[in-house]
Amino acid sequence: MYTWRFLGRVVLKAAALFVLFNAAFAAGDLPSVLSQISGYNYIFPGRSRFPFGENQQKAYNLSLNNLNAMFASHEFLDKRNGDSEYRVILLGDSSVWGTLLTPDQTLSGQLNEMRLRYCDGREMRFYNLGYPTLSLTKDVMILAEAMKYKPDMVIWLVTLESFVRQNQVESPLVANNLDRVRELSHRFQLEIDTPLILTESNFIDRTIIGRRRDLADLIRLQLFGVMWAATGIDQEYPETYSPAQRDLESDEGYYDLRPSEISTDGLAFDVISAGFKIVKDLPVVLVNEPMLISNGKNSDIRYNFYYPRWAYDGYRKILDDYSRENYLNYYDAWNLISIDEFTNSAIHLTPKGTAQFAQKLKEILADFSCP
Amino acid sequence: MRLEETLLFAGLAVILRLFVVGRVRLWGLLAVSTLALYWFQPLNLVRYLDFWLPTFTLFLISVSWFLITPPNRRNEKINLFTALFLVVTMVLIAATRYIGVQGLITASRPPPILPVVLAITVVGGGYFILCRQKRLPTWSSSIAIFFLLVLFVVIKYPLLADYIGNWLRLASGQTAKAGTHIDIRWLGFSYIAFRLIHTLRDHQNGRMAEVNFREYIIYVIFFPSLAAGPIERVERFLKGLRNPENSVPTDFAIGGKRIAVGLFKKFVIADSLSLFALNSTNVTQVKSVEWSWVMVYAYALLIYFDFSGYTDIAIGLGRLMGINLPENFNKPYVKSNLTQFWNNWHITLTQWFRAYFFNPLTRKLSRSAAFSSPVSIILITQVATMILIGLWHGISVSFVIWGLWHGLGLFLNNRWSEWTRPYMKNLESQPWFFNLAGLAGIFLTFNYVALGWVWFVLPDPDVAFGFLMHLLGIG
Repeated sequence: MYTWRFLGRVVLKAAALFVLFNAAFAAGDLPSVLSQISGYNYIFPGRSRFPFGENQQKAYNLSLNNLNAMFASHEFLDKRNGDSEYRVILLGDSSVWGTLLTPDQTLSGQLNEMRLRYCDGREMRFYNLGYPTLSLTKDVMILAEAMKYKPDMVIWLVTLESFVRQNQVESPLVANNLDRVRELSHRFQLEIDTPLILTESNFIDRTIIGRRRDLADLIRLQLFGVMWAATGIDQEYPETYSPAQRDLESDEGYYDLRPSEISTDGLAFDVISAGFKIVKDLPVVLVNEPMLISNGKNSDIRYNFYYPRWAYDGYRKILDDYSRENYLNYYDAWNLISIDEFTNSAIHLTPKGTAQFAQKLKEILADFSCP
Repeated sequence: MRLEETLLFAGLAVILRLFVVGRVRLWGLLAVSTLALYWFQPLNLVRYLDFWLPTFTLFLISVSWFLITPPNRRNEKINLFTALFLVVTMVLIAATRYIGVQGLITASRPPPILPVVLAITVVGGGYFILCRQKRLPTWSSSIAIFFLLVLFVVIKYPLLADYIGNWLRLASGQTAKAGTHIDIRWLGFSYIAFRLIHTLRDHQNGRMAEVNFREYIIYVIFFPSLAAGPIERVERFLKGLRNPENSVPTDFAIGGKRIAVGLFKKFVIADSLSLFALNSTNVTQVKSVEWSWVMVYAYALLIYFDFSGYTDIAIGLGRLMGINLPENFNKPYVKSNLTQFWNNWHITLTQWFRAYFFNPLTRKLSRSAAFSSPVSIILITQVATMILIGLWHGISVSFVIWGLWHGLGLFLNNRWSEWTRPYMKNLESQPWFFNLAGLAGIFLTFNYVALGWVWFVLPDPDVAFGFLMHLLGIG
């Protein structure tokens, strides 16, 4: 038999413990510790690309914005790989991550299939660190974290969209990791949307209640490890999809940019420069990624859904100039792939298109001599 | 029941217990249970069906009560008031159509009030005519049971459900093209039918307790156990309904704890397991044998935590209102043989089948000259009962095989126990042996049940068989 007094004590103690746990959670840095505890590379094989997925039930995957957890789930952190391999990381957007492609069909998957050897005899192992959203800041954030795990080379795939200033913090991965962006911004004097990165999280946001979604995502990521191990599936493969637009709008505008703003100042060249400072002496291959060049309606004024011709041509020229001035290993692959080898976007390639691109990269890598 | 619904109804249960007391208590329970019947009814693609199905449920309950109640008690004041209460509630729910708030109580906009009033008038007229009959023929209860079983078959057999779904779509002025068997989603019908059949059978056997209309409705649609049980016996339910056994703080403490445990089981453990438990989609995608076993075990645990979590919530909600619902699970996965497993898994369902199918069938076969061997009687009764339980989940080959799997398992278990009984007696002085045998029994039973779930979860028997072979490393 219980009494009202007993019930009152239970409610009071529960409320006190609730407040205490939340306060302790907010005061400490438990989430960053928790995010590094992972069954991947131990119980489950490491993922061959970062977790990303919109339909969890079909993709057995989810989008989470915890970079530590994303890295902890990646095969790049598999300690068993050791020193016997030459570790090449690929940075970029969804075209590198491999939308609609199985892990084997992605650029890194196809390069690995080629079993390339570095000049010192080590096998070259390509790691897919691409992530679907177009932002150089996102790439640099990933690169800064990746440097902790000692890559030997970086292949960085870019396109004009990832240079646009207003895209820099629009990527959810960036918007949810403002501490990291703030740190990069201070370190390299980046021109990033200042009011946004100055916003500090409040106390409630740091409690268990405030971070319940992040905590649930961490658990879900681990649970999806079973499905990753069992099926090797990490995205939804629809039976049909809408192909990338061929007939285009007669719109010559590109954001609100004027031709004069397609320049190293108007675009996020400071961010790309920060990336090169982060990697220091590591070899980097900068690639302007292939895109669909439309032959449909209004293709005389636009290349594709993303780009009016004037903006893209301007961008190519300044990227080329910038690379030459800074002695970068730069390759412009913009028109490498034929129109038939694009899938649901002007930058997403079919497996065959990806294979052609991988073949080209193989040739470029062959030119690298031992230091 | 979703998380927010559980919390909402827990709050309602607390209010009912604290403030709706004395003579109005049962009216409060009736009101909440009736509203819950409409509230929980999921959306149906057939127009207005989410109003008509709960209404039809109330009609079935009324007919069933009518059949089990002596003529001189039917027109008592309390029963007439209850009938009036139901009519007013139905009309008020139908009237929410005119408020303009979509799905205030029902999942979609209720039908216009005129057909509702018309239906009530027709049913009321029928009731009036029936009341003039002094005594109904003895077979009327049998007809009612048969009708319930027919409804059961219609709902559980996809082809028939398709047909009825299409017919209902045409009748409601919709196109029949897009109709499927999931058009008819009737909340809790299985459990409602079990309770109705239980009372009708007990009435036929002269064992039915006297119950007024209001108590009977509350018993059948008591909202915590409406969707997934437990299946309470009416006389036990009435005891708690009429007089709560425990003090309010005791019921709140115990009920609150059960709800918290249930929520954790259902919304944390079961929902997490569902991310990688075996299902009809991932079965075709899985490559590794080892992880396939993990997915099978995950499903076994998922179905336990989901169902027992729901039962905990139902028991907890009942307890908040002073009503002790029976337990449905008692650590079934740590039982050392299949018989014990079934004595502790979905306990109220197996008790129901034991009372109304297994025992009568055993008695009938024992008296029959054609079945002289007790072994054959055991085989037939156990297999038939388990196949019936399988069919209760849905009329399909997979569920028949699942029932057969367990029926044969129970029979083998029975034979094994008989065969080893003399040897076991000799080993009574060796406790280590019993402990070891117990552990081995738990391991074997759990795995047998887990493999049985493969037939249960995969609708295509060929796929299920192929997957079982894959689990064993064959093919």
